[in-house]
Amino acid sequence: MTRTALPEPAALAFAVSARDRLALAQALNLLDDRRPAARQCAAAFLEALPAEKQEGGGHLIGITGPPGAGKSSLTAALIQVWRRRGLKVAILAVDPSSPISGGALLGDRLRMHASGADREVFIRSLACRGEFGGLSAEVWPMSLAMLAAFDVVLVETVGVGQKEIDVSKMTDTTCFVAQPASGDSIQFLKAGIMEIPHVIVVNKEDIGMAARKTLSELKTTLGRRTDADGWQAPALSASAALGSGIEALADALDSHRQWLLERGQFAARRRRCQAEWLVKHLREEFGRYGINRLGGEAVLFAELTDAPRRSPIAAYDDLRIRILPQD
Amino acid sequence: MTPPIKRDKPWLMRTYSGHSSAKASNELYRTNLSKGQTGLSVAFDLPTQTGYDSDHPLARGEVGKVGVPIGNISDMAALFDQIPLGQMNTSMTINATAAWLLALYVAVAERQGATPAQLQGTTQNDILKEYLSRGTYIFPPQPSVRLITDIIAYTVKHIPKWNPTNICSYHLQEAGATPTQELAYALSTAIAILDAVRDSGQIGAEGFEQVVGRISFFVNAGIRFIEETCKMRAFGEMWDQLAQKRYGAQSEEMRRFRYGVQVNSLGLTEAQPENNVQRIVLEMLGVSLSKKARARAIQLPAWNEALGLPRPWDQQWALRMQQVLSFETDLLEYGDIFDGSPVIAAKVKSLVEGAMAEMARVQEQGGMVQAIESGYVKRQLVTSHTERMRAIERGDLKIVGLNCYRETEVSPLTGGVDSGIMKVDPRAEREQIERLNAFRAQRNATEVKAALANLTETARSGANIMPASILCAHAGVTTGEWSQTLRDIFGEYRAPTGIDIPANDDSRGARAVAIRSQVTQTGAELGRPLRLLIGKPGLDGHSNGAEQIAVKGRDVGFEIVYEGIRLTPEQIAKAALEEGVHLIGLSVLSGSHVEMVEDVFNQLDQVGLKGLPVVIGGIIPESDAALLKERGIAAVYTPKDIDMNGIMVDILNLIRKHHELPPVAAI
Repeated sequence: MTRTALPEPAALAFAVSARDRLALAQALNLLDDRRPAARQCAAAFLEALPAEKQEGGGHLIGITGPPGAGKSSLTAALIQVWRRRGLKVAILAVDPSSPISGGALLGDRLRMHASGADREVFIRSLACRGEFGGLSAEVWPMSLAMLAAFDVVLVETVGVGQKEIDVSKMTDTTCFVAQPASGDSIQFLKAGIMEIPHVIVVNKEDIGMAARKTLSELKTTLGRRTDADGWQAPALSASAALGSGIEALADALDSHRQWLLERGQFAARRRRCQAEWLVKHLREEFGRYGINRLGGEAVLFAELTDAPRRSPIAAYDDLRIRILPQD
Repeated sequence: MTPPIKRDKPWLMRTYSGHSSAKASNELYRTNLSKGQTGLSVAFDLPTQTGYDSDHPLARGEVGKVGVPIGNISDMAALFDQIPLGQMNTSMTINATAAWLLALYVAVAERQGATPAQLQGTTQNDILKEYLSRGTYIFPPQPSVRLITDIIAYTVKHIPKWNPTNICSYHLQEAGATPTQELAYALSTAIAILDAVRDSGQIGAEGFEQVVGRISFFVNAGIRFIEETCKMRAFGEMWDQLAQKRYGAQSEEMRRFRYGVQVNSLGLTEAQPENNVQRIVLEMLGVSLSKKARARAIQLPAWNEALGLPRPWDQQWALRMQQVLSFETDLLEYGDIFDGSPVIAAKVKSLVEGAMAEMARVQEQGGMVQAIESGYVKRQLVTSHTERMRAIERGDLKIVGLNCYRETEVSPLTGGVDSGIMKVDPRAEREQIERLNAFRAQRNATEVKAALANLTETARSGANIMPASILCAHAGVTTGEWSQTLRDIFGEYRAPTGIDIPANDDSRGARAVAIRSQVTQTGAELGRPLRLLIGKPGLDGHSNGAEQIAVKGRDVGFEIVYEGIRLTPEQIAKAALEEGVHLIGLSVLSGSHVEMVEDVFNQLDQVGLKGLPVVIGGIIPESDAALLKERGIAAVYTPKDIDMNGIMVDILNLIRKHHELPPVAAI
C-alpha cells in the first residue's frame, strides 16, 4: 500500500519549511487523516515544524461573515494586494457539508479564481463535516502547517450569527465582512452575542447609499469599545468588484498584527489560539464533564497558556488520557 | 385544369457548419448552397468565440475543431470568397466576440463593394445565456450587456436588415430548461437587453419600435412536439404583449415573434444513432406545423452528432429532411391548423401562466442579470436537468435504444470503429498558426497600434464599440488583440456553477444510500473523506456532464472540488495538488480530448502527482477512447453511460484499486 504509506515526519516538516508545495499538500492530507498511526505521525510532524514560525511568524487571519457578503471575492482581492507586496499566501476555505450525504461541494476555489496559476498562492478547501461549530477541527493544525511555508495564512469560514466568530478565537486577527443593508451583524454586536472582530469591513461599497449607512451604523455601535486586550476595531468599507478599499483593508489587518507584536502579545495570542482549540475539541468530545475533570475552564486555560509549546495533537492526546478513567 | 395551389414561402434552410480553416469552410458553404441551402450558418471555433488567437496557449487543440477559426480580416475574406455578401443571408453563432466578428463581416462586405445597408443576417449576440449554458462568455455581465446594446444600436441605424441579437432559449433547453423555464428566461433576457438599449439613450423614443422589431429569437425544439408547438404559440403571445405593454410597440409587424430553430441535440443518442433521424424530423414538426408560430429559419443537426463531427453527407441528409417537408408535403398549403383547438389553447394558457410566474420571480430579484449573478437561474436549470437525468436513469423517461429496446442488429451505417464521423486534420491548427504569423508580418504595425488605441479609448468612454471595431478590422487587428484590449478594460468573469442545489429524492434511494456507505467506508480505510476534482480543461463551455457528476458525487458522499469551465491543465494540476484529491474527472466535449489529456498528464507529472487516477467524460469516439486508455486514462464515459450511480461505483473502485484495496461488489 505504497500510496497510503505514511511519510517520515521530520523529513516532511523539513520539506514543508523549505516551501515544497507537494510536501505541504501531503502534510495537509496527513493532518486530515484519522487513522491512529496517521495521527501519531501528524503529531510528530507538527512537533518537528520550526518553533519560530509557529510562535511568532507569519500572520494568521480569519475572515468570516454571513453568506453572500462577498468573503471569497474580498479574499481574492486581498490575495492580489498581498502578492503585490511580495507576500506568499495560503488559504483555508471552509465550506459546509451536505447534512444528508456527508458529501460536499467545495466552491470557494471558484470564487477566488483570481489566483490562477500563481505558485505562491496555495488554496485548500475543507468541508466542515457537520462538526466544531462551522469550523472544521482540522483548521488549527492545518494553519500551523501553512504558517511554516507561507507569510499570510487566511482562514475563510461561513456562518450565521454567533458561530461565525469561532474563527476569531483561533487566528491572530479576525476580519468580519458585513453585508450592506443588513442589520443582523449590528444587532449581534450590540447584544454582545457576537464577539468584536479585530477589523470590520462593509463590502460592496459600490452599491452606494446602503453601504455607507451600514458603515456609519457599525461605527456608532462600535463606539470606543475595545476587545479584552484593549484593541479598538476599525470599521472600513471596500469593494471587491471595483478593487477599492482593499489596500486599506490589508493595512488594517497588518496594523493589528503590529499592535500585537509591539505589545509583546503575539506569541501569547498563538498559545491562546491553541488553548481555545484544545478546550473546544475537548468539549466536543467529553462535554462539560471532561473540562471539569481537568479543573474547569479557567484553570485549564491558565495551564495551557503557560505550558511549553506542544503540537496540538500531542497536547490533546495528553489531556484526553487525563480525562479518561484509568484502569 | 386545376389552378396552381398557393403555397407559403418556405423558411430559410441552413446547416450549422464550419471547420478546419476559412478556405475549407468556404468550399463547404459553396457546395451546400449549390444543394439548395438558402442561407449560411457559420460555426466558429472556440478560440474565435472566446477571443484568443490560434497561437494562444489556451487555443491548443481547439483550433478548427468545433468551427472555423477566424483570426483577422484575411480569414473572413477567405470564408466568403465568391459568396456575395450583399445578397447572402448569414447567421453567425457568435456572442462575446460578436461585435468583432460583425465588424470583420462589414469590413469584408465593404471590400466586396457592398454597403452595410444591404447586409442581411444574424449575430447570435446573446451573452447572458452563455453564463447559463454553452459558456463562451468573457467579460462580466454589465460590460457584456453594453456590447449587446452597442451592436443593436449600431445595426438599427446602419444595417437595418440585420438581426443584431438572437435571444436564445435554445441553450437553456440544452442545459435542462423545461418549456416554462425556456419561455420565462428567454423573455426575461429580452427585457434585460431592451431595457439596457432604452437606458443607454443611443436610440430615441421614436425609433424604439424599430429596436423591438429587430429582436429575434433562437429556439430549441424537443421531441415532445405537441408541447413544443404550444410553447412556440405561447412565445408569440407573450412577446406580442411584452412589446406592446412594456415597450409601446404599436405596429403588429414590429411585435411579431421572429425566430430561428436548431432542433434538439440533447435528446440525440449515441446508442442506435439511426433513430436520431426520426427524432429530428418529429422535432422539426414542433416548429413548422403551426403557421402562426412557424420558424423563419431552420437548421437541423446531423443524425450522428452524438458520435463526433458530422460529414458533409450527414449534413446533406439533414438539409434534405427540410426540403422534403416543405416541397413534397402539403404543409405550406394551409392556414394555421391549430386555431380553435381547445386542447392546444389550454396547454398554451398553462405555459403562459407558468412562465409569467417565473418571470415575476426574476423581476423580484432585480431582473435577469441579477438572477444570473446570484446563481439563481443556473441552479434552477441544474435542478431541472438533474431531474431529467434521474428520470432517464430510472427508466421513467423512455429513450428508445438508450434505456429501453436496447437490443439491436449491427448497423450498416456505423460498421467499424469511427467510420460514421469526420475527423479534423490535425495539421489544420499548425497551418492556421502559420497563416496568422504571415498575416501579422505583412500588416502595418503603426495602423494596428492606432486602431487599438482608438478601441481602448472608445471602450473606456462608453461610446459605441462598433465603429472602432470596424476600423480595427480594416487595420489588420487580430481576434486575440481585439479581445485582450477589452479584457484589460472590462475584466474577466467566472459564472456561478449552479451545482449548489439541494439533494433530490433519488439521493435517499436504497442504491444511493448503499453507495454512500461504501464511499464513507473507503474514506475511513484511506484515513480521510474521498475527494474528487471535476475539471473542464480547454475552452469548451458545455458543462452539463461536469455539473451532473459533481451533484451526484456530492449526493453519494464525495467531497467535490469543481471550479467551473475553461481551466488550463496547469490550473487543474495545481488544484489537484492543493486539494489533495483522490481522483480527477475531466470533461471535454469540443473534440480536443487527446491534446487536453496529454497536457493534464504533463502538468500532473510536473507537480509530483504522476499516477493519480484520471477519468474522462465527453463525446469521445471509440478509437480515441482506446488511445486515451493506452496513455493512462482510467476510464472513459460517453453519453451512452446514463447510469450515474454505476459511474460512482466505478470511480470508487478506481480509487480503491489505486490504493491496492479490493473492489466493492456491484451495487
